[in-house]
Amino acid sequence: METLSAVLRGNALVVAFTVVGITVWLSYWLSKHLTGGRIHGSAVAILLGLVAAYFAGLQTEGSRGVADIGVLAGVGIMGGGMMRDFGIVSTAFGVHLSELRKAGVVGIISIFAGVIVSFIVGAVVALLFGYTDAESLTTIGAGAVTYIVGPVTGTAIGASSDVIALSVAAGVVKSILVMVGTPMVASRIGLNNPQSAMVFGGLMGTTSGVAGGLAATDPRLVPYGAMTATFYTGIGCLLGPSLLYFIVRALV
Amino acid sequence: MIIYGVALLATCLVTGLYVGELLGQLLGVQANVGGVGIAMLLLVLASGSKRMQSLVTGPSGEGIRFWSAMYIPIVVAMAASQNVVAAVDGGMLALLVGVLAVVVSFALVPLISRIGPRSEPLPPLEQDADDAAKRGA
Repeated sequence: METLSAVLRGNALVVAFTVVGITVWLSYWLSKHLTGGRIHGSAVAILLGLVAAYFAGLQTEGSRGVADIGVLAGVGIMGGGMMRDFGIVSTAFGVHLSELRKAGVVGIISIFAGVIVSFIVGAVVALLFGYTDAESLTTIGAGAVTYIVGPVTGTAIGASSDVIALSVAAGVVKSILVMVGTPMVASRIGLNNPQSAMVFGGLMGTTSGVAGGLAATDPRLVPYGAMTATFYTGIGCLLGPSLLYFIVRALV
Repeated sequence: MIIYGVALLATCLVTGLYVGELLGQLLGVQANVGGVGIAMLLLVLASGSKRMQSLVTGPSGEGIRFWSAMYIPIVVAMAASQNVVAAVDGGMLALLVGVLAVVVSFALVPLISRIGPRSEPLPPLEQDADDAAKRGA
């Protein structure tokens, strides 16, 4: 048993390929036999991953889901930022420049609209929960943008650490909801062509959420959504501690 | 050679991330601004250029296609390494902020999509990769 554990730990990434492979196989089987193909296999797989991450988090009290379980550390490498970005870029292979150009301006509009609208929603909810100081309102609003923009903004303007933690939690909720919810609403919001995918990426912005949500909806839309989404966090970090903070400070 | 495609892909990513970092510093932001997006543009440009054809066709192209097929498994691994407990433990405020931000943003997708020129819906998706593989064989 100890020998097995040592082998598994010593070959973390390779173990992850096996574990993820089995998970995907199981998910496609469940999708076919339990949902009659109505819920796509990849959506089931992402959901299983999130559920596993929840129970792993309860067990280990860590912050990286199943990656905090020694023998499954490789899942953290496989699903980490480096491999995620490598995978996302590879999906651009076969994308037509003309489609990107066609939605260029709308894509940029959607990024700014997405950052500002999410920020307002977050700040208003914080206000309803009794927060009245500009720093807390701005930080929680920034957390509604993404879980990176929240702490970056909070640290820059000197918000308290519990408010920063709250902004991270709000951002994580958003990211997970986008992963799970996108395939369910895709047809209702017209998410079936490159242009609406670019608008979607710009509005949602959470790279992990968009990457997961579009993969579960239609993998061919991934490159278009990811293209705009990757600018979103940067724009959010730019606007959060500056323009948006100044506006909130002027209002309260 | 498969490695040529993989190397091209890697070069695009590293170059894009570097430009994204520089852009972030230029704007005074503690974040990478569009690095992955820039990398994707580089790959699109490279695969369209005549000079780079040997890097994106034949076996070299397979090197890129392999990673794009690995994309969903990578996303599954990513989902499994999220801090789901923190999201659940964030309480009502975090939950409400997250839910409302997503609902409002979803609602804006059709509105903003209407601004630009329309693009055609993609043809219906294959049921799953296995079926596609069987048909292709």
